[in-house]
Amino acid sequence: MSKYVKLKKGFNVKLAGAAKLEIVDSLSPSIFALKPTDFQGIERPKLLVGEGDVVKAGAPLMFDKTHPDVMFTAPVSGEVLEIRRGEKRKLLEIKILADKQIEYFEFHRYSSSDLNSLSRDEIIKHLLISGIWPRFKQRPYGVIAKPKDKPKAIFISAFDSHPLSPEFDFLLKGQSQYFQAGLDMLQKLTRGKVHLNLDSNAEVSTLFGSVTGVQVNKFSGPHPYGNVGVQIHHLDPINKNEVAWTVCPYGVKQIGKLFLEGIYDASKIIAVAGPPVKKPRYYRTYDGACIDKFIENNLSHQNVRFVSGNALTGEKIASDGFIGFYDHLITVLTEGDHSEFMGWLKPTSKLSFHRAWGLVSFLKQNEKFELDTNTGGEERAFVQTGVFEQVTPMDILPTHLIKAIMAEDYDEMEALGIYEVVEEDLALCEFIDVSKHPIQSILREGIDLMLKS
Amino acid sequence: MKQIKDLLERQKPMFQRGGKYERFHYLFDMAETFLFTPPFTTGSKGVQVKDPIDLKRLMMTVVIAMTPCLVFGIWNVGHQHYIAIGQVATFFQKMYVGSFVVLPMVLVSYAAGGIAEAIFAVIRKHPINEGFLVTGMLVPLILPPTIPLWQIALGTIFAVVIAKEAFGGTGMNVLNVAMTARAFLYFSYPAQMSGDVWTYLGDASPVEGYSGATALALAYDSSVAGTSTVLASLGDSWYANLYDFKNLFLGAIPGSIGETSTLMVLIGAAILILTGVGSWKIIVSVFGGALFMGYIFNLMGLNEFMLLPSHYHLVIGGVAFGAVFMATDPVTATHTETGKWIYGLLIGVLTVIIRVFNPAYPEGIMLAVLLMNVFAPLIDYYVVQANKNRRLKRATI
Repeated sequence: MSKYVKLKKGFNVKLAGAAKLEIVDSLSPSIFALKPTDFQGIERPKLLVGEGDVVKAGAPLMFDKTHPDVMFTAPVSGEVLEIRRGEKRKLLEIKILADKQIEYFEFHRYSSSDLNSLSRDEIIKHLLISGIWPRFKQRPYGVIAKPKDKPKAIFISAFDSHPLSPEFDFLLKGQSQYFQAGLDMLQKLTRGKVHLNLDSNAEVSTLFGSVTGVQVNKFSGPHPYGNVGVQIHHLDPINKNEVAWTVCPYGVKQIGKLFLEGIYDASKIIAVAGPPVKKPRYYRTYDGACIDKFIENNLSHQNVRFVSGNALTGEKIASDGFIGFYDHLITVLTEGDHSEFMGWLKPTSKLSFHRAWGLVSFLKQNEKFELDTNTGGEERAFVQTGVFEQVTPMDILPTHLIKAIMAEDYDEMEALGIYEVVEEDLALCEFIDVSKHPIQSILREGIDLMLKS
Repeated sequence: MKQIKDLLERQKPMFQRGGKYERFHYLFDMAETFLFTPPFTTGSKGVQVKDPIDLKRLMMTVVIAMTPCLVFGIWNVGHQHYIAIGQVATFFQKMYVGSFVVLPMVLVSYAAGGIAEAIFAVIRKHPINEGFLVTGMLVPLILPPTIPLWQIALGTIFAVVIAKEAFGGTGMNVLNVAMTARAFLYFSYPAQMSGDVWTYLGDASPVEGYSGATALALAYDSSVAGTSTVLASLGDSWYANLYDFKNLFLGAIPGSIGETSTLMVLIGAAILILTGVGSWKIIVSVFGGALFMGYIFNLMGLNEFMLLPSHYHLVIGGVAFGAVFMATDPVTATHTETGKWIYGLLIGVLTVIIRVFNPAYPEGIMLAVLLMNVFAPLIDYYVVQANKNRRLKRATI
């Protein structure tokens, strides 16, 4: 029962500086961090370690008081170097100085034949203590899934259509057995189906081509066709009182490895890319890696911003900051803190969704653009209508939803479909907005209101 | 460039919080962002890169789209002037007379409205919105060339203050600002807004047989008198072929400054549609609605005006201009895409009904647009409700 969905609405942000398909193994940083701020839906994180403690990879570092079962564990083994707090003692980073040779906390190992006999509760127990659980996000709201829920389906988007995002089949090359084992586990967690959604614009890799036991769907179109929220909308939309889970392919692989090898493997390949990067390429490292080594002598100039994640939904980090829990990409962008004389009037060839800016942009289909972080204007009242709909391939009225959130109208938010979207699904609206509204943070405010109601 | 930038930077502290002229911050801000794009960067979370488009660019595109109408309007004012006084004149003479009449109108409109806008920005502490770039140009284009300048100033100020700022400024207004200015002037000063006002004569006296009546007035008279067919009365004007279809389309006829030439309006429409700034759905559906209603009237044929071939409705009066530049105002039109079809269609239908049946005022587009502005939220309500219902239907619980 696989589905093929062709989407037309959307926009590809063609950012220059994509990473070359080569992996650097030798350059691993020494400091790693777990950032509680990466997680949506946790409120009161409680520490389980103190500065100076020695931990193994997979050992719990903290938990959240609202879901005490969910452990957040160490990506690497080593010594807890620093616990950084911000205003009002808000927990920001748990830094670990990594050992040269990673030692793993040992979980139970299963042979592939044992896996079939595992019960749902056993699987969940393992996922909770190992630190993999936070990979599961629930829809609605995009927060960490609740272990007691039985989701109507689990959705995996096997590709990321955000600018410069790496391909999962490249990141997970040679890990098919773990990936398949992970999928097998997922099937026991849901009362419905496990959906694996592939990019029909690209060739199907051996990793995703050989999977069994799941529903494989294909999507084509411009970004955001890779967003799992958009895919859910077209496969099995979220209604009131329904819950679905999402997980990324990297998480699926981690699950497989946990059960087959008995370790929490937080090693990942990340891309460091963007216009000012001299050698955009991939690095083999671990979750929460400090980015300083990757950018050292690798930038064409210094007035740059480092973003954990992609240019549409990412978060700014310092030059010695750490890559986020869910990210596989560091985007480096030139800071746009410059003025342009009569810049709003003169004809240019900048990348724009609006034809009022780039009337002849269709001539430059394949060009990549060196975007910077300039806002391109000031915030204004809503004026233009009908454009958000052109980049939102869902039966949702983004302008009306955003206005309902601003008015804090709970019934309207629900009726207009707040259950179906998270920030990334409306990120393009924020990108193209003529009036420069912070759409994603408005949406998160609305979601927070709904969560508390 | 550098000098201007430095000059601005030196003055800046005076206009910032705690500075001497803090209250004029938004005026300074306007000047500064007009000259230089602001050096603001994106927030730390969310979109890190943004589309370079902003409201200034968007509004400027509309002004550019209006330029053909403005230039043609200037020529036409001169052209009508010379044929009315019976003199042959060159292109440049016509442009000279036209500029002499039209440019002061544009200046007064921008100045009066701009000052009102600036005062509100200072008092209400909001940035000066670029929407006025468009309104300031629209107002003179929909007025007759003989209107006194003080009336333009009054009408513009009324529209900016009552139709826009009283509702909260750009983006919040219910009624189209320029149409409100015109409606205000029409109902306050009917003597300067109807009758023999469409041709600028200056100090000269017209030739014998001259009549300043517009095509709409002639068509209406023919339905009252009922002595000749409507096309015959249009053909029977004082100046040969003044109101044949071709001339009506090209626009060398008396009328409001920017509205006469359907051709120039269509060029503007092409710019708006190509750049994606104006909604093609609204433009097409207004034309469609007017054609449809004109055709229905043809079938009914109760009086001579009703027998006017329906394509004539598109080229006489302000239908084309209103469809392209007034109905497409995104703030006062419907906000949903389905709603835009309904909204435009009803404007077209209402325009023709009003112009055929309303004896007091032969031009219907103004009232039709204002009326539909008021009903736009209602149309949106039902379109949004349909979206909600689709979602509800899907839910099982």
